[in-house]
Amino acid sequence: MVKNIDNNTPKVVCICAGGCTSSGSLKILERFQTEIEQRGLADKIVVKPVGCHGFCEQGPIVTVEPEKLFYTRVSENDVPALVVSIAKGSPVDRLLYINPENNQRVTNYERVPFYARQQKIVLAKCGKINPERIEDYLVLGGYRAMKKVLTIMTPQAVVDEVKSSGLRGRGGAGFPTGTKWEGALHAKIKDKKYVICNADEGDPGAFMDRSILEGNPHEVLEGMIICGYATGSDEGYIYVRAEYPMAIRRLKIAISQAEAAGYLGNNILNSGFNFHIKIKAGAGAFVCGEGTALMASIEGNRGMPRFKASRSTEKGLWDKPTTMNNVETFANIPTIIVKGALWYSSIGTDNSKGTKVFSLTGKVVNTGLVEVPMGTSLRQIIFDIGGGIPNNRKFKAVQSGGPSGGCIPAKYLDLPVDYNSLGKVGAMMGSGGLVVMDDTTCMVDVARFFLNFTKNESCGKCTPCREGTLRMLEILTRICEGKGEPKDIDDLERLAKVICGTSLCGLGQSAPFPVLSTLRYFRHEYEEHIYNKRCPAGVCPNLLVYTIDREKCIGCGICARSCPVGAIDGEKKQPHSIDIKACIKCGNCLQKCKFGAVQKR
Amino acid sequence: MCTSCCSFKDPKQKALKETFARYQGTSGSLIPILQEAQEIYGYLSGEVMQQIARELNIPYSKVYGVVTFYAQFHLRPRGRNIIRICTGTACHVKGADRLLETVREATGLEGEGTTEDLRYTLETVACLGACGLAPAMMINEDTYGRLTPVKALNILKQYQ
Repeated sequence: MVKNIDNNTPKVVCICAGGCTSSGSLKILERFQTEIEQRGLADKIVVKPVGCHGFCEQGPIVTVEPEKLFYTRVSENDVPALVVSIAKGSPVDRLLYINPENNQRVTNYERVPFYARQQKIVLAKCGKINPERIEDYLVLGGYRAMKKVLTIMTPQAVVDEVKSSGLRGRGGAGFPTGTKWEGALHAKIKDKKYVICNADEGDPGAFMDRSILEGNPHEVLEGMIICGYATGSDEGYIYVRAEYPMAIRRLKIAISQAEAAGYLGNNILNSGFNFHIKIKAGAGAFVCGEGTALMASIEGNRGMPRFKASRSTEKGLWDKPTTMNNVETFANIPTIIVKGALWYSSIGTDNSKGTKVFSLTGKVVNTGLVEVPMGTSLRQIIFDIGGGIPNNRKFKAVQSGGPSGGCIPAKYLDLPVDYNSLGKVGAMMGSGGLVVMDDTTCMVDVARFFLNFTKNESCGKCTPCREGTLRMLEILTRICEGKGEPKDIDDLERLAKVICGTSLCGLGQSAPFPVLSTLRYFRHEYEEHIYNKRCPAGVCPNLLVYTIDREKCIGCGICARSCPVGAIDGEKKQPHSIDIKACIKCGNCLQKCKFGAVQKR
Repeated sequence: MCTSCCSFKDPKQKALKETFARYQGTSGSLIPILQEAQEIYGYLSGEVMQQIARELNIPYSKVYGVVTFYAQFHLRPRGRNIIRICTGTACHVKGADRLLETVREATGLEGEGTTEDLRYTLETVACLGACGLAPAMMINEDTYGRLTPVKALNILKQYQ
């Protein structure tokens, strides 16, 4: 057993080396190391990089253990003060998080409302361990589940445990994981079976898989090894997006550490069980998140979906039985084995057990990663944990499930979130991306955005998806440009029906969902665009009208000078005016005016 | 280009040959080989693709088909600094359009592409997975978040 030196040292400084690296956290880490060395405190303070804490909005985040101090928006220049304070044992007040509910500084991160209202299973170790050290994972009980499985459980017993836990696939479809594993265990072909971890997280607005892989890669490996044992497989692949270089790097490190420790490879822990894991980096195709396309890509072909005559647990990769699960699904497995199916199934709702990780983004105060029990309401996620909408604006909708999902309006905010409930209101949980939209978001523009995405990502194999999404996009673009016609809405609905009903794979079958859900709840916005040539949210450039408020204008003339087409006119020190016909709606005048006199509507 | 006799002089050819050797007998090796060849050469030229087709004993059309399917393979030389502007949902609602417009103006590129001096290549990506920091962009392997047009321009200047 490897000894963990961190445990014997009194203070541990954890610096987020996940998303926070984009705001300079690695420089903070280096600065900490040099400061500590210069002050001769190396034996009193240990610094370590950790994975995502989840509260990305407040990054770069630094925590100090064991006090659970929580410092937000730390900059390199704050480091000397922090090092001194850690040595002295008194916190630096100005960097502590302020609880917006009572305006008081919080010292213990467990009392930050953002964290206090979550329940973490999958993310429990993220932000606590150095993802590049297997020892950190072992100290928190890592690989215990694997040892238990290999020593005292039969493959069938593992499958039964996962089945009775009620775990369903976290990638979007929600297929019961245990049932899938059982299919692979009893598959007719026995000579070779594969395990695939689907880490091709391509949904715009979702980054939970990335954070898990970067924050705690060993948990995913452990889940895969257990799956390999349960299904009788000796080889696993992790198919990970090439856009995630850090996740790939950390996975490689984790795999070599697990191999060195004897947790991966031949005859694992003398059990006679062999398991190897390889990484396949994707090459940039959203459709490869679809199971059959992903397998085609691993096989070295264009990642095009194929028609499935049988389940992939019968015939998958290279026509061998293949168990494919999402990153988050695998990350749930070790905890289920250690704590038991009964404990796990006590969390969640009747049809959806356990917790779900959501990436909360868009127009919300606390953006970040949130893990809550299934059945938590959208209001709790967006307002209690997410802190509501910034700048006192009004909540309009939340987009859930990426391009296959839909927009949920305010009247469903109290809906408990699980696999079934979101489907009933025309959205889906998908992989768990939640993008919050306020009243400055145009729903027609959002629909156009998603159609543009699916049109670009369509593999082109089947006609409804290839041609249909293009036609829908053309109509939506026309509406946004103010050239919409009354029959456009009917055409959109008819096209949507055909594309949903006749496309080959999930990408095409769900491509029209963003249009259908916005038409269902925000039809009036479409009608405003088409009949009144108005964009109520003030987004679509062609439909905007710029005017000058005569009360506020002092006649400084900056707007007139900034106008590239000379559409603004007026006497010096007199209110100016915009010639609407000549205006090209570039917005320069609005940006330049210091008196708030230029208005757009 | 001659691919046999001058291989000793050309370090890139040597690296490519080593890649072939490493993947010998591995199934599904076309994509990783293409990825490594692109690492070596910066892009995939017709000659390199033909060489890969010969080596793997597969039709050139298959290699070309795979290369043109995936967004990350490139048929033309690329800039020293690859700018990727995220246009994911979160970035979209937080103003990725304005960011893209600013970077386009600064680099003088109309759409996506590479500047003539090979200083920059500009691309949009569907999602960088940095949604909590929207709007975001990536230059080479560095991610930048919570951007404004002014901030983006200052960052851009650091990349020669």
